[in-house]
Amino acid sequence: MSSIQNDNFSFDEKSQGLAKIALAKYPNDRKQSAVMPFLDIAQRQNGGWLSQPSIEYVAEQLEMPFIKVWEVVTFYTMYNTKPVGKNFVQVCTTTPCWLRGSENIVKACKEIISENQCDVAHNNLFSWMEVECLGACVNAPMIQINDDFYEDLDYESTKNILQSLIDNKPLKIGSQIGRLGSRGANNAQ
Amino acid sequence: MKKIKVDNKEIEVDDHLTIMQACEEAGKEIPRFCYHDKLSIAGNCRMCLVEVEGAPKPVASCAMPINEGMSIRTNTEKVKKAREGVMEFLLINHPLDCPVCDQGGECDLQDQTIAYGAGHSRFNENKRSVKEKHMGPLIKTYMTRCIHCTRCIRFAEEVAGVNEIGAVNRGENMEISTYLEKTIDSELSANVIDLCPVGALTSKPYQFEARPWELKKTETIDVMDAVGSNIRVDTYGWKVKRVLPRLNEDINEEWISDKTRYACDGLLTQRLDEPYIRIENKLTTSSWSHALTKVTDLLNEYKADEIAFLTGDLCDLETLYLFKKLADQLKINNIECRQEGCNIPFTNQTQYSFNTKIANIEKSDCLIIVGSNVRQEAPIINARIRKHKITSNLPIAVVGENLDLTYDFTHLGDDLNVLSSILDGSHEFSKKLEAANNPMIIIGNSILNRDDSISIFSIIEQLIHKFKFFHESWNGFNVLQIAAARTGALNLGLFKQGNSLEKIYQSIEQNKIKLIISLGADELEFPRINKAKVIYIGTHGDRGANTADIILPSAAYTEKDGLYVNTEGRLQHAYKATFPPGNAKEDWKIINELSNMLSFDWGIIDLPNLRERLKSEHAELFEFDNNKINKYERLLANKAPTADFKNSNIEYLIKDFYLTNAIARNSKTMAECSLARNEAKD
Ligand code: SF4
Ligand code: FES
Ligand code: FES
Repeated sequence: MSSIQNDNFSFDEKSQGLAKIALAKYPNDRKQSAVMPFLDIAQRQNGGWLSQPSIEYVAEQLEMPFIKVWEVVTFYTMYNTKPVGKNFVQVCTTTPCWLRGSENIVKACKEIISENQCDVAHNNLFSWMEVECLGACVNAPMIQINDDFYEDLDYESTKNILQSLIDNKPLKIGSQIGRLGSRGANNAQ
Repeated sequence: MKKIKVDNKEIEVDDHLTIMQACEEAGKEIPRFCYHDKLSIAGNCRMCLVEVEGAPKPVASCAMPINEGMSIRTNTEKVKKAREGVMEFLLINHPLDCPVCDQGGECDLQDQTIAYGAGHSRFNENKRSVKEKHMGPLIKTYMTRCIHCTRCIRFAEEVAGVNEIGAVNRGENMEISTYLEKTIDSELSANVIDLCPVGALTSKPYQFEARPWELKKTETIDVMDAVGSNIRVDTYGWKVKRVLPRLNEDINEEWISDKTRYACDGLLTQRLDEPYIRIENKLTTSSWSHALTKVTDLLNEYKADEIAFLTGDLCDLETLYLFKKLADQLKINNIECRQEGCNIPFTNQTQYSFNTKIANIEKSDCLIIVGSNVRQEAPIINARIRKHKITSNLPIAVVGENLDLTYDFTHLGDDLNVLSSILDGSHEFSKKLEAANNPMIIIGNSILNRDDSISIFSIIEQLIHKFKFFHESWNGFNVLQIAAARTGALNLGLFKQGNSLEKIYQSIEQNKIKLIISLGADELEFPRINKAKVIYIGTHGDRGANTADIILPSAAYTEKDGLYVNTEGRLQHAYKATFPPGNAKEDWKIINELSNMLSFDWGIIDLPNLRERLKSEHAELFEFDNNKINKYERLLANKAPTADFKNSNIEYLIKDFYLTNAIARNSKTMAECSLARNEAKD
């Protein structure tokens, strides 16, 4: 667990609403089933990562032992146990993306964000991390920033995206070369 | 019953068996790592693969139930190859550091590699290594050796009832750890060391102490509590190196408490190995003959009613018997074994025994616990209750402090008046008792030493009549003793009616009792006896010896053959694993010599001889039968006054689980455990 921690944690109003919806999906005596949505809600509220108090809070809400929640947190890569930047950039480097040049994307991240992955940079604006396949291989290479995918990237377009974030300019999500869905490169069907 | 074939041999087996169990019945051994018959089935090691006719792939026999007509093959080429494959995978990340591993010589991985492995590996990459994890003062971890069988996780969750161990991360990075590497807060934690099939979890106090084949193994009985767990004591030379559980389905199954396992280092420190006599307020060593002469002089000097005989919690039955005989011969009336005091006028064994018997807890359908912190007083019995609770959803109610017992219960408050409302039917819980056919009540010793204990007993007696606590096939009345010697001592009559201990204290304070012979009585209120002269017969320079005027050193439970009666009334033999230190003598010999010097000639020359005597006078002790239903006896001869329990707070007797007797108090490991628990509390 990270040495950086926040003091305490509890769901705010918005999270409480979401938690209620998640809980309603499961029978009363099977509360633990809601552990994944709960952790997600907590992570969103906590700025993209799960602190020790937030994990323990979720465990208490669902009447689960801490270790059982910790197992879930560490099993799934979607939960971060260390602080991340406001824009959390996940760079896919699995084979299809790698074949299509994900190394250049990583290079762009290193230049603009930080030399090492997972370092929070630019006054908390960014952090980046290499991840495994995010399921958008058809439009490889790609990155995910928070909840959005940016596809068909190259070194330049990645730099542009990151620079726009720094300049607080609007971004185009999805394919950066104007591909529709997963059609051929020239949008041929 | 189902008919199946194992390696072409037809057998008929129980319907609910798994393939592995069926193969075992057919006499075929199936290798395994994750399967353990006291834990749930995980099916994750794949070592137990067998071939089933018609199935395209080998199946994990531990997790697959049998089917009518199934034909199972355990010795084909395919099975052999499958096992070799699994072994090779398991060893990929295993460090193969057997020469420096404490598990060496008793390691499942070692043994099964030899029996079922291919003998070589094709893995040339780097092995992974995992950082050691902190799990407390008892469990040493070498997590690189872990094969992820998850036995430890399942034990903690299912048997110990502390959900504290888990598997974090995934795949190649999976590691076993406690949450934030905290100490496991359980009285049974060290059992994971036995369960771990490899050397990932080993014993911290026993680290690098000995190899299993160098040790002399003695099968004996534990005395740390009144359960009488079956243990094996391993010694190297004189020293007791470790204590391990022995399987006994009627008592401890496969588990022992951490105190049973680790108090043994207390046998090495602060031992009394010479007789001592206090001269000018300093204890000086003396010869046996001199010390014994002194004792006889004192016994002759004082009148019978100026002498009190007190016995402790760890005494063996033979010595108690002789001690009582000596008291009778000297016409000494002040004799008492109940060191915490007790008001109940016991008249027969059912009044102070665990009549239901430990294994029968699993037949009960409703349980009420009054004034007993079972988790601390008898962790093994608590584990049995928990086992039954999680498999049958047994309704459990507790009157007493609301503590974590590792299972859910209804807390009825710590006000004893609730018993009256259960009795008159106005309480919710009466309905549960009403519906039960085999209800049980467990009464703790903290009830027996109260001033109003007779009134409590009287209400309990009425409860027992109102509900079905007694019938031909059931006796649900239980008193949970906490001292190994207690049930036996009570059977031999080493007590007086009324709160005789209090009377003894008072007489000492009033200078009426001037001499105490203490047979290992270490739990007394010592400030109250310091007016009297004390002759202490015992093993450790502990509380009892500190105030003594003459000390006669004796043998601890691992150093003598002896009989013990556990809380159920079960007589068990303890065997000598090693020798008493220095000039210390076995307890019965000391008493016997003393009585010879006092010219009482009982003609007892050796232990068998003594046991025969004991048997002829107390035959009932030797007739314990696990299947016999103890018959109902009145708890109280006379009807007691009903009382309003004003001062109703129940105070549990055990304040610190790890430090309940002289051996445990002198154990470094127990001190560490106690410290770790207290630190975790703050
Ligand atoms: S530590 Fe031992 S018992 Fe626990 S999972 Fe690893 S090998 Fe199994
Ligand atoms: S490989 Fe990059 S998204 Fe699938
Ligand atoms: S023993 Fe069957 S899978 Fe482990």
